[in-house]
Amino acid sequence: MKRALQLCVAGAVLAACAGAPVEQRPVLSENDLSEIHAVLKRDFRARGSAGMARVEPDAVQRLCNLHDNVPPGEAAQAIEAEQLRAIKFPEGSLIGDRKRGQRIAQSGRGLQWTDAPGEAGGGSCYNCHQLSPQEASFGTLGPSLLGFGKVRGAGPETQKYAFGRIYNSKAYSLCSQMPRLGHSGTLTEQQIKDLVAYLLDPDSPVNK
Amino acid sequence: MSGAMKIRATAKDGIADIRVLMSHPMETGQRKDAAGKIIPLHFIQNVTVKLNGKTVVEGQISQAVSRNPVFSFRARGGKTGDKVEISWLDNKGETNRIETAIA
Amino acid sequence: MHRLRHAAAWLAAALAAAAAPALAQDLKKEIQKYQQMIAEGSPVELFELEGEALWRRRQGPANVSLESCDLGQGPGVLKGAYAHLPRYFADADRVMDLEARLLHCMMTLQGRSRDEVTKRLFGNEDRLSEMEYLSAYIAARSQGVAMSPGTSHPKERASYELGRKLYFYRAGPWDFSCTSCHGEEGKRIRMQDLPVLSSPLAARPVMATWPAYRVSNSQFKTMQWRINDCYRQMRMPEPTYASDATIALTMFLTVTGKGEPYRGPGTKR
Repeated sequence: MKRALQLCVAGAVLAACAGAPVEQRPVLSENDLSEIHAVLKRDFRARGSAGMARVEPDAVQRLCNLHDNVPPGEAAQAIEAEQLRAIKFPEGSLIGDRKRGQRIAQSGRGLQWTDAPGEAGGGSCYNCHQLSPQEASFGTLGPSLLGFGKVRGAGPETQKYAFGRIYNSKAYSLCSQMPRLGHSGTLTEQQIKDLVAYLLDPDSPVNK
Repeated sequence: MSGAMKIRATAKDGIADIRVLMSHPMETGQRKDAAGKIIPLHFIQNVTVKLNGKTVVEGQISQAVSRNPVFSFRARGGKTGDKVEISWLDNKGETNRIETAIA
Repeated sequence: MHRLRHAAAWLAAALAAAAAPALAQDLKKEIQKYQQMIAEGSPVELFELEGEALWRRRQGPANVSLESCDLGQGPGVLKGAYAHLPRYFADADRVMDLEARLLHCMMTLQGRSRDEVTKRLFGNEDRLSEMEYLSAYIAARSQGVAMSPGTSHPKERASYELGRKLYFYRAGPWDFSCTSCHGEEGKRIRMQDLPVLSSPLAARPVMATWPAYRVSNSQFKTMQWRINDCYRQMRMPEPTYASDATIALTMFLTVTGKGEPYRGPGTKR
């Protein structure tokens, strides 16, 4: 119960407030983290572009794993700030091409061992989010983004927020389940700008 | 494994319930392989059902039916012990058949 | 103007929320009808036939069949064997799922090399792999039996614990754990509902219907494949086939779903 309350107060993941508590949730200890890391190194192998460097934990994963995705405020804020500093915001307008953005939002490719390293990745956005009202096949893991630009406008602050959120969602909410699409190298700067256009352009289907 | 068949035939109150599984790729002639070449048309064209040696169903199906077709139907007058035989013929001239006694 | 825009957004959201339950119910019914239709047309029995032939076929340098393979109920005993896995096997001093045990028998009884046996683990719509045919045949022989994985041996308990921790552990460039998708009730990825597998209510029907035939691509898939493909989509490196990590996850899921009468092999979208 207390945990649910903390989640609501943190406001990090909206839907978690309404979600039922998951049974058998272990609290992972430092020992557990070492043990699992060793298991991953032993039982997994590199394939395609998916190399073994990927099982090395970073500060975000460590803290989120140790605290079941509800980290203590101060420690979380420090890492969030660090993650935000590492985002490479481009100069000038952050709005790209909304039509390219739509294709990127639909594409689920990138970083899998079945994806060729040179090939363009996608944002997998529709896996988790509703975006355009015309697309019926959307997931509900993330909040609906219907009318995202209509509600917020397309000014520089909103552009920066949308860009930053896609680049590294953990900079805004440390244990967010949204992948760090820029930080991980899944999407290029231009691709993220194209997604920003898909979200913010008043002519985008997202805002119709 | 192309060509295996499995049949289930039961009877109740003078009506036989028959279900046959036919293993067949049912290629539409529209699909391309990994190299980009069209996979040739290969599908069951005729399905024949015989009850005690007499033809009771003569069916023509097309490549619109998908892989590993299931044919399930009821036949009036079928009773326990009657022989059911189901055979098919595809566009390449290949055939297969299976028979069983109604349980 | 700012406030009006917010109010309009709230109204739209409220209307959408009100309309959603009615539409959601229709959608659920249609999906159920679809699931019934695909179950009636399942070719799984054909795969079982081939699996039986492979079980009885003499193979490898030893030129013996798998008929003396002990899947946990005694050599050659298939009834209920799948429903009692994963479990500890003293001869290998290891907890094993079905595929690990088959691998073991192929190597120790038939004398086949690991390389040869694992060359083609996952098949396609034209031809299943040997493991897939065997899994279909063996799993079907557990129909009606309550799922009862091993839980008393210390290694079985350790396997369960490892699986449980792995389920919640976030890793990889996308920071995903199993819970990233399977962690919250009522969620879906695109149009695919996501069961919260750490909860018995959700785990039971799932574990009672794997391995399964997938209608959308005409392929037959096992739990080893399912775990492998999840990690692929999680942007992780590849888990080794029948490794302790993969068996631990299946152990965790099966224990969570235990008691459910097995009714597979299943048919899925």
